[in-house]
Amino acid sequence: MVARLWQWFDSRMPSMALEWRRHAAEYYAPKNFNFWYFFGSLAMLVLGIQIVSGIFLTMNYKPDATLAFGSVEYIMRDVPGGWVIRYIHSTGSSAFFLVVYLHMFRAMLYGSHREPRELVWIFGVLIYLTLMGEAFFGYLLPWGQMSYWGAQVIVNLFGVIPFIGPDLALWIRGDYVVSDATLNRFFALHVIALPLVLLGLVVAHLLALHDVGSNNPDGVEIKKLKGPDGHPLDGIPFHPYYTVKDLVGAVVFLMLFCFVLFFVPEMGGYLLEHNNFIPADPLKTPEHIAPVWYFTPYYSILRAVPPLFNSQFPGVMAMGIATLILFFLPWLDRSPVKSIRYRGPLYKGALGTFVAVFLLLGYLGVKPTTVWGQFGFDTFFFDTREIATWVARVCTVLYFLFFLLMPWYTKIDKVKPVPERVTH
Amino acid sequence: MRRLFAILLLAPLGVLAAETGYRLDRSPHQGTDLVSLQSGARTYVSYCLGCHGVQYMRYSGLRELGLSESQIRDNLMFTADKIGEPMKTSLAAKQGKQWFGVAPPDLSVIARVRGADWLYTYLRSFYRDANAASGWNNTVFPNVAMPHALWTLQGERAFDAKQHKWSEVSRGSQTPTEYDATVRDLVNFLVYAGEPAAASRKAIGVVVLFVLGILFILTYLLKLNYWKDVK
Repeated sequence: MVARLWQWFDSRMPSMALEWRRHAAEYYAPKNFNFWYFFGSLAMLVLGIQIVSGIFLTMNYKPDATLAFGSVEYIMRDVPGGWVIRYIHSTGSSAFFLVVYLHMFRAMLYGSHREPRELVWIFGVLIYLTLMGEAFFGYLLPWGQMSYWGAQVIVNLFGVIPFIGPDLALWIRGDYVVSDATLNRFFALHVIALPLVLLGLVVAHLLALHDVGSNNPDGVEIKKLKGPDGHPLDGIPFHPYYTVKDLVGAVVFLMLFCFVLFFVPEMGGYLLEHNNFIPADPLKTPEHIAPVWYFTPYYSILRAVPPLFNSQFPGVMAMGIATLILFFLPWLDRSPVKSIRYRGPLYKGALGTFVAVFLLLGYLGVKPTTVWGQFGFDTFFFDTREIATWVARVCTVLYFLFFLLMPWYTKIDKVKPVPERVTH
Repeated sequence: MRRLFAILLLAPLGVLAAETGYRLDRSPHQGTDLVSLQSGARTYVSYCLGCHGVQYMRYSGLRELGLSESQIRDNLMFTADKIGEPMKTSLAAKQGKQWFGVAPPDLSVIARVRGADWLYTYLRSFYRDANAASGWNNTVFPNVAMPHALWTLQGERAFDAKQHKWSEVSRGSQTPTEYDATVRDLVNFLVYAGEPAAASRKAIGVVVLFVLGILFILTYLLKLNYWKDVK
């Protein structure tokens, strides 16, 4: 019965089975994927989690400046299971960034962005940028103090762009301050516009990947050596091998996810900021406005760059370039090898420094600029209360040097010979 | 814009001052103690609800604290007619602003903003201050607009900022130990009101993690089985 039904279906739409084979059953992936290769499928899982939980939140949320804050509390208390849905969504946003950051780091480790996968990388960076927009728009919706003032600060960043800035900021807000009009449009962008873009980009990311094939921890092309059956010698079908393997990864991820969700949903104010439980008040600026952790490396860069002619534009530009420079990574890297396994000490050192700098910038971004001031002392030429700002400045310079010097240090780096086939 | 930036950059100084300003006592509240929660609800309705609503709580929600509907109706429900109504204050925001200079905020989620320790210390740190408009001041929240609502219980106290010394001005109806317990219960209630689902959240979490643990074993065995032939 089932077989006949399937036959009926297949004869009318053969592309279903064809695509399944192309993308799963006969998509040959290298057999030596390691820990770092879980995060691609996990990112898709989190995307699914966010979309489904988001749909249920939308059923009870009210995008209205007078009702928004209350409707979130209504979800948390009166909607059956509402608190689970809300915590899933709020934890999911942080999980999304964590998974995406690790996924991007994997690419840097094993050279997954290199030829012929530049387009895969470009779609990936576009996904990352869209995700930032999605997170930013979504963060306004609870209409707490941090939502409100965070949006105010970020929109004002566009206001410092010379000539068009003020009009641009006004156009984004739809009002002279962040208001009901802003909330409504951010809601529209968050629940429909950007999710659509995100889904489209994910499809493009996967199609581009499946056309060129996956990279692997050795950075060798498995398609070069094929067996008599025409399949790569070092490849195994994605389904069932990687579907069952990723299933294990998904369960481990869900365990960590559920631990946060059920036991520490606020994560000490890092996932849900304390001040965001105060309803938005346009007349009262909070003492310390900090974005959520996933934006803080760039927020640090913004704060670190000193103003020029009384304009914050250089900081804003530095922040923008810091994200956009990622697009050029495949061409900045001139090493003859892809994987970190066969790279020399220069790239290893540079990547290690980059990770340390990124984490340090992230840490400084959640803290006030005076964070290390209490250890300081005033000398005649250097105010040590500014020490955190100076550390952020050094880190900002190192962040950019990692990219700008890459063509040089990857070229002169001593590399090891790459094996013909993947190793275990 | 530039001013906003200046505020952004300078504001953290204020935070630091606020953080190092006064040492907070650890709140000894127990979320599982229903008697304490009931006593906290009673104190809240008698002493706080007059000015501060907890509008995201409903009177019916107090049943979760082990109270029956008639107990709630007879002893706690003064600002509503139906048990399903929200626990709003009867004080109009405009009037509150006239009286205190700032409208008393709703306290539904105050415990999630301030934390239990802050509330526990704050409510035990009022002192008489002739210079303040309300006649009261607070070491945790200097120049707060709120007068000491529980002063008939705690009594009046004075605070010498230079020597950091407390002294008694007049005695209240409760001993210091009793008063600490009253505040503990009140904080307990506020923590509960901030997130009524917190208790069931953890209970469900244990079950979910257990199920995922079993699922992990099963999926891992599945993976091992499939990967046997990969060399």
